[in-house]
Amino acid sequence: MRLSPAATQRAAVGLMWALAGATIAVLLGIIAFILLRGLPHVSWGFLTEAPRSMGREGGIFPMLVGTAYITGLAVLIAAPVGLATAVYLTEYTREGRLTAVIRFGADCLAGIPSIIFGLFGFVFFTITLGMGFSILSGALTLALMVLPTIIRTSEEAIRAVPRAYREASFGLGSTRWQMVTRVVLRSALPGITTGIVLAVGRSISETAAVMLTAGSALGMPEGIFDSTRTLSLHFYILATEGISMPRAYATASVLIVLILAINLFAYWLMRRFIAKGR
Amino acid sequence: MAFAAIAGLALITAFIFKEGFPLMVKAGLRDFILSDEWRPLDRLAPRFGIFPMIVGSLAVTAGAMTIGVVFGVGVAILLTQFCPPRLVGLLKPAIELLAGIPSVVYGFMGLVVLVPFIREHLGGSGLSVLAASVVLGIMVLPTVISISVDALQAVPRPYYEGSLALGATEWQTTHMVMLRAARSGIVAAIILGMGRAIGETMAVIMVAGNTIAVPHGPLDSVRTLTSNIAIEMNYAAGDHRKALFATGVVLFVIIMLLNTAALVLSRRRAGGGHR
Repeated sequence: MRLSPAATQRAAVGLMWALAGATIAVLLGIIAFILLRGLPHVSWGFLTEAPRSMGREGGIFPMLVGTAYITGLAVLIAAPVGLATAVYLTEYTREGRLTAVIRFGADCLAGIPSIIFGLFGFVFFTITLGMGFSILSGALTLALMVLPTIIRTSEEAIRAVPRAYREASFGLGSTRWQMVTRVVLRSALPGITTGIVLAVGRSISETAAVMLTAGSALGMPEGIFDSTRTLSLHFYILATEGISMPRAYATASVLIVLILAINLFAYWLMRRFIAKGR
Repeated sequence: MAFAAIAGLALITAFIFKEGFPLMVKAGLRDFILSDEWRPLDRLAPRFGIFPMIVGSLAVTAGAMTIGVVFGVGVAILLTQFCPPRLVGLLKPAIELLAGIPSVVYGFMGLVVLVPFIREHLGGSGLSVLAASVVLGIMVLPTVISISVDALQAVPRPYYEGSLALGATEWQTTHMVMLRAARSGIVAAIILGMGRAIGETMAVIMVAGNTIAVPHGPLDSVRTLTSNIAIEMNYAAGDHRKALFATGVVLFVIIMLLNTAALVLSRRRAGGGHR
């Protein structure tokens, strides 16, 4: 039996709707499953207390602080470097061999698995440079990992700035540097910020690279040379070592809520950026 | 500062090879890759053969890509050809969110939902190639979808209109014209997804069982290259640690080959313009 073209189309489109429906169902399912089981265990005390008996009791405060330290420091390092790369690529050079090499580096870096970053961070930052398992080692490793994200989003944001702005700025007698800092970067700011926010999200989610570079100390970190345990690693340890399922779910909910908030913020920024561009 | 990315890449390559390569030579390159004996802690005669982990990574990735390609390309076609624009505005951010969920959360969901399901309905321990494939298949979706969408959107509009004008239905146009024109971009999407699947660590450790043996079926437990590194790094020292770096070298080479293939393919698609 041969189906008519119209019937084939109905069947194919129906199938694709089913696939898309299943994908969205998985997404919503994961979020609902974790939040329904975890949120009831999240309390003010859980967020502000230190863990007791390996995380069986108490809260996650040191992990929140450790995650904030590592993520903040990683982005603080990666953002200026990434932004400078993007500015150089878009404003200060022509397309050629050099830009091809820089882009190749960024593209390759983006594809390297986090465990390789972890191995590298472990041998380079913790051992060779003698930083030990510390917030600094973890942050430097993560900075390298999120660098491609920041370069790419900043580059796209800068390219989206209309040519006329640049010409008007030159026409008023500004130097290239004045044009870049006062005109281009200012109008590309929401796009650049979106990239940075996404980098924050990636840093918070990362587990493997952090495990090999920042260690898993349960205590409260007092400086950037202390070892710390991030939220995602704490969750991993709670879940796989069978320490406490309710606390694992609660930690996962905190993680999910953070990620949701960050993504929504990035999305909102992006929308604003697009609306302004018109 | 513009060279930070390329300098970082060079440093990573140099240090991973410096730590891992000498052991590969010492153990014998052939033995290291093709032997299935992994006894790193044996004092008298330690053995470093990662063949089971290579097979493990490939098996899990193949399974993941089966799911990732069917769902990923299907959803990409829907988003670009058949979905009303207002719905696209909802679906795309949702799919980007899927990429934002931490891999440990995916692993955990696999552990508490998928693994018991497989154990009860299909037998075995549930910690298996199958469980890892499904979890990874879902995790690669955002990559496959977003790059396929870009590839399909890059197809010139007149192709689409020309095909419709010749009397083809939208679906005939999609699979005879659009998919063919976007082919190299979609293949690049699949290859990048493959790289993500091979490179994923934490989620796989949680659901694959991690037994060091060549798997004989989808319900067998399996250990991947990445899990081997993450599981043993905590207590490894001396040659054992070097062997884990050597595992990293193998992984690194596989990833770089895939990346380069994807880059070449997406260049070809762009035809003139960069990326």
